[in-house]
Amino acid sequence: MQTSERLDLTFAALADPTRRAILARLATGEATVAELAEPFEMSQPAISKHLKVLERAGLISMDVDAQRRPRKLELKRLEEAVDWIERYREIFEQNYQRLDALLEELQAKPSKRKRTGK
Amino acid sequence: MPKPAEVALPSDREVRVTRTFNAPRQLVWDAHTKPELVQEWQGYDGWDMPVCDMDVRVGGKYKWQWRSREEGKQFGFFGTFTEVDGPSKIVHDQYYDPGDMDFAMPAGDPCIVSVELSEQDGVTTLVCNLTFVSKKARDGAVATGMTDGMEHSYARLDDMFKAAA
Repeated sequence: MQTSERLDLTFAALADPTRRAILARLATGEATVAELAEPFEMSQPAISKHLKVLERAGLISMDVDAQRRPRKLELKRLEEAVDWIERYREIFEQNYQRLDALLEELQAKPSKRKRTGK
Repeated sequence: MPKPAEVALPSDREVRVTRTFNAPRQLVWDAHTKPELVQEWQGYDGWDMPVCDMDVRVGGKYKWQWRSREEGKQFGFFGTFTEVDGPSKIVHDQYYDPGDMDFAMPAGDPCIVSVELSEQDGVTTLVCNLTFVSKKARDGAVATGMTDGMEHSYARLDDMFKAAA
């Protein structure tokens, strides 16, 4: 699968608050469908729908324990999504911090910045 | 200290960056439109900006070039201003000039960059919208042109999980 397709699935999966909360819970350790459903007062089939979306995006996987079938978090895929947008934000933020410094300078000593038109 | 920039994805082809500045709108406008000021803040850590030509008017052209201090490699952007409505809005197309970099970014497709400024009580809000020709172009633009040394950070994952709680 191409990176951009993977990112699309990841972002779509992350766009739902219940799914984000499921990921937050799995960040603390594996859990079965029943354990995941409990805090949401959601039926297991409803939670399973969310889990399928997360599995398809590669954000969670199912551990082998045949009886319990707990889900676990796949960090690498999540990192990829967070990193992607974070890298973008950081470039802009670095620039804007330099702009903050420039704006402070411009407001402190306006006379020193007089320039003839060009 | 102003709040850090926020990034949103309003559609599959866009990136929107929002940031506030403790300065009047006119100054933020000047910083975006006067070449001698642009050179002082736009760029990348470890890179100089040897070229910053800007003819800020509708139909006017601009050219930006950065050079790596370490390796001397150069790349840049160029294009045309399509809207100039000071001090509130400026729009330009943006073509990538790969120079002597190895990036695989498609050099032919421009993105449209729009910067809108509004001011309230001495604080200026900037909204920068980048619209790409396709999802693939948008994602590619983010993956390339990035500086080295961006570290993975579990702290960011923590923030995401906190936001979900």
